[in-house]
Amino acid sequence: MSTDTASAPASPASSAAATPIRFETNPDAYRHWRLSFDGPVARLSMKVDETAGLRPGYVLKLNSYDLGVDIELADAVRRLRFEHPEVRVLVLDSAIPGIFCAGANINMLGQSAHGFKVNFCKFTNETRLYLEDMSAECGVHTVASLAGTCAGGGYELALACDEILLQDDGNTAVSLPEVPLLGVLPGTGGLTRVVDKRKVRRDLADLFSTLAEGIKGKRAERWNLVDKAIPSSRFLAAVEEHAKSLAGGEGPRGRKTGEAGVVLAPLGGTYTSTGVKHKYVTLEIEDRVATIVVRGPDAPPPADAAAARADANGLWLLRVARELDDVLLDLRFNRVEVGTLVVRTEGDAAQVLAHDAFVLQHADQDWFIFETLMAWKRALKRLDLTARSAFALIEPGSCFAGSLYELAVSADRAYMLDDPDRPNSVQLDAMNRGPLPMSNGLTRLATRFLGDEEALAAAYANDGPYDGPAAEEAGLVTLAPDDIDYEDEVRIAIEERASLSPDALTGMEANLRFAGPETLETKIFGRLSAWQNWIFIRPNATGTSGALTLYGRPERPVFDWRRT
Amino acid sequence: MGNVDLQARIPNNVDLKEDRRLQRALESWQPDYLQWWMEMGPEGFQADQIYLRTAVDVGREGWAHFDYVKMPEYRWGIFLEPSSPDRAIPCGDFAGQPAWQQVPGEWRNSLRRIIVTQADTEPASVEQQRLLGHTAPSLYDLRNLFQVNVEEGRHLWAMVYLLHSYFGRDGREEAEDLLRRRSGNADSPRILGTFNEPVEDWLSFFMFTTFTDRDGKFQLLALAESGFDPLARTTRFMLTEEAHHMFVGETGVGRIIQRAADVMNELKTDDPEAIRNHGAIDLPTIQRYINRWFSSSVNLFGGEISNNAATYFAAGLKGRYKEEDRFEDHVVVEGIYEMPVPHQNGADVARLATEEIPLRNAMNEILRDDYIGDCEFVVDRWNRILEKADRPERLSLPNRRFNREMGIYRGWSFDPEGNPISAIEFERRSADWLPTASDKSYVKSLMTPVLEPGKMAAWIAPPRKGIDGKDWEWEYVRFDKASVGIGLGAKPSLIG
Repeated sequence: MSTDTASAPASPASSAAATPIRFETNPDAYRHWRLSFDGPVARLSMKVDETAGLRPGYVLKLNSYDLGVDIELADAVRRLRFEHPEVRVLVLDSAIPGIFCAGANINMLGQSAHGFKVNFCKFTNETRLYLEDMSAECGVHTVASLAGTCAGGGYELALACDEILLQDDGNTAVSLPEVPLLGVLPGTGGLTRVVDKRKVRRDLADLFSTLAEGIKGKRAERWNLVDKAIPSSRFLAAVEEHAKSLAGGEGPRGRKTGEAGVVLAPLGGTYTSTGVKHKYVTLEIEDRVATIVVRGPDAPPPADAAAARADANGLWLLRVARELDDVLLDLRFNRVEVGTLVVRTEGDAAQVLAHDAFVLQHADQDWFIFETLMAWKRALKRLDLTARSAFALIEPGSCFAGSLYELAVSADRAYMLDDPDRPNSVQLDAMNRGPLPMSNGLTRLATRFLGDEEALAAAYANDGPYDGPAAEEAGLVTLAPDDIDYEDEVRIAIEERASLSPDALTGMEANLRFAGPETLETKIFGRLSAWQNWIFIRPNATGTSGALTLYGRPERPVFDWRRT
Repeated sequence: MGNVDLQARIPNNVDLKEDRRLQRALESWQPDYLQWWMEMGPEGFQADQIYLRTAVDVGREGWAHFDYVKMPEYRWGIFLEPSSPDRAIPCGDFAGQPAWQQVPGEWRNSLRRIIVTQADTEPASVEQQRLLGHTAPSLYDLRNLFQVNVEEGRHLWAMVYLLHSYFGRDGREEAEDLLRRRSGNADSPRILGTFNEPVEDWLSFFMFTTFTDRDGKFQLLALAESGFDPLARTTRFMLTEEAHHMFVGETGVGRIIQRAADVMNELKTDDPEAIRNHGAIDLPTIQRYINRWFSSSVNLFGGEISNNAATYFAAGLKGRYKEEDRFEDHVVVEGIYEMPVPHQNGADVARLATEEIPLRNAMNEILRDDYIGDCEFVVDRWNRILEKADRPERLSLPNRRFNREMGIYRGWSFDPEGNPISAIEFERRSADWLPTASDKSYVKSLMTPVLEPGKMAAWIAPPRKGIDGKDWEWEYVRFDKASVGIGLGAKPSLIG
């Protein structure tokens, strides 16, 4: 099995030469989930087609999942949010008797390269957070209905719901068997949700995490691993009844019965070996450097919210958000050797600001416009969490204003050309002051100016426009070289970056990007990166006698007993 | 090892009186057990005198004592085979090291799971059979039923002893749960599916004791090879009792076959209708019951390709049948098992492809092979009855792939020969292969009690001899006169 290093031969699940992974799908194409509706109650039932793994070499038994299963889940959550504003409650269950979900497929993990495992876990966590956001942002209450085995990442999926109902039948258990069985960290993102979200006592969580068979019934309820254990004769009726009891009333911003959703049309991008072309966002790859170009709006914003809804798929910010999201996922999974990301924008800053104003004007009342804003928030978080060096290049013809300025401040560095003959500016607006927080709960500017309240106050008070020297002075860009130095400065920066150890850069960037307070999200990603990824490459997990390597084989693991 | 203490409140050969903590734990469990027995044990007959054997020793000779006893007063006790001080772990990565006298922490959870799963089947089968007394075909059979029941109860005691002795508070909680679960109860079912299906008639009872109890026998045989010595010694003694259950099942079905053969010869026909009109059970119906109970019992061995099985063997928790005698390599890290594995074939008909499974991962299948071999001997002996009666008909075991609800063959359809077929074809033929509603209602119609000494129901032949050197006509059950007519336990004569 291939393990950690970049030079290791790529295994099927990681090779860029393998069939590229696509992230767009729709309910008609689902292989693993059934999405159904009963008025305000939606039901998402897992029924994994065991023969339909994303890659050959493993069978998705017992509702175990691979990336393909999670891509469908992410799509289902997205469509619930956009296409079904009438939904007030989501019941997440399984259509396979006796099993809820056995977690990530072990053989899939075993045959995957390290980089793929990391990105797989990251994506599944982003999806679970998206599910959690749905409750907070759309008022859709989520209920996990466990009428069968719920293990590992399967329990993590349940943990992502607001409530967990467990069938008390003497057999059904929730479990995190990873430590005793596989020698890796439990769940898909570690134990943060157990102790931080559900606030399970750490000593009980310790017992739970070392007990391969898990905890059943009333004890699971007592330990708060689930919210309620319900006798099997009443279970399904009780879940139904509970879902109905939560389904009354209106959701936020006009989410209510009879409200029509917005059907998300396919993006229809073109994908080649050298990049991706969408309407507003393109990705171009040369050597190990990828350039993302985000284009500004080509028309003024719609007249009102109704007009926006009428051409929903044409709404600029929504389209940009979806396209950037797609490009980032393509980059993570299909372009593994690209280490440096150059972020550019093109267009009319005034139009960007006009669109921002339109979105912010309506987001409080209109669920669809709000959802659009949240899609942009999510795409930017995806950029923050992408383990590639990002440099923003701010040059004439660019439109780093408001919502698009966030790209510059998300990047690890921003270079701005200072050329009096070719004016060039960055601009701020209300988008930069609150609606697009990072994982740490702060705006990108607040995170940047953690130690400098005055600078933050000044930036919040002055929308600009800023030319190069002013932007550098205000701390809004890293460097603003003049036209004599700019080209060389940028070229050298990119060349130098591309020569540094990709692992060191990943660690360095992740450490620098998320200053400020810890949140559930930062803990999940931080601990995932630090611990799971460390354990994944340790011989005790993935060496020739490691527990993960030997799982399913006749030999028992042999551990190196030295603690670090 | 202490001598047998028969005078103690709990008869035992484990020096219980020297271990106050354990003694207290078991003595506090005992009333709960008796309450369970009265609620869920055989319905009725609890005040009657049954001619039962009771374990009184663990030696090869004379371990059993026969006498009349009221079931609630049966001396359920704890008996382990004597220890051999130099016993070694027979298999796995620790083979050859001294056997464990205490539970190794590393394997505590796995061992507890193994013991609880085995233990749960013991009270379950008592519950499944609790109404059968009311339709017994003779006093001889009634007594055998109760013998099986009280011994399943004793096997529960044996397992509870292990839980109380070696698994601390968890073990005591598990022991309580064993009395809390109920066969077939939707909210608190027994752990394994087969043990939640009611055994409603005596044909099913004999099939159950032939096939399902035989699974138990093989599980015990695997546990008798455990590196955890108290488990090995407990299960070895249980096996001596289990043999009687197999005997009850095999001879019960054999006598039904005998009766069918006699009727066919008498009427000179093999027409099932004619046989039924004559009050016997026709061979095609018997074959369908074999198919149903064998296939259901085969499920109990667990997954064909199993990580748990590999772990249990590697850790020395479970061995193979006669591990020490039959095998040279007890570590088994090399070697493969060639297994036909079903694959998608476009249509819904499976395509079987032979795959090489590491032996350790195939341990469930290896035990299943031994079980099936043993079952084949049973069917051979049943066929010998037909042969002796000059009948051309023969009974057979279905293939292991037929009608499976667990393991790799689940979800696919196979005919009784094991050939892949479509689900539609299976559905179309299932009335030929599995008991139909009309089979069941016919068998049920035969279930009227025959409870006078010397009488036998018409659908089953008498045995050649009785129990403990007695004739089969002997009065194996003495009914409590006082309770007749007052409804205690609904006497068979009163239920019509």
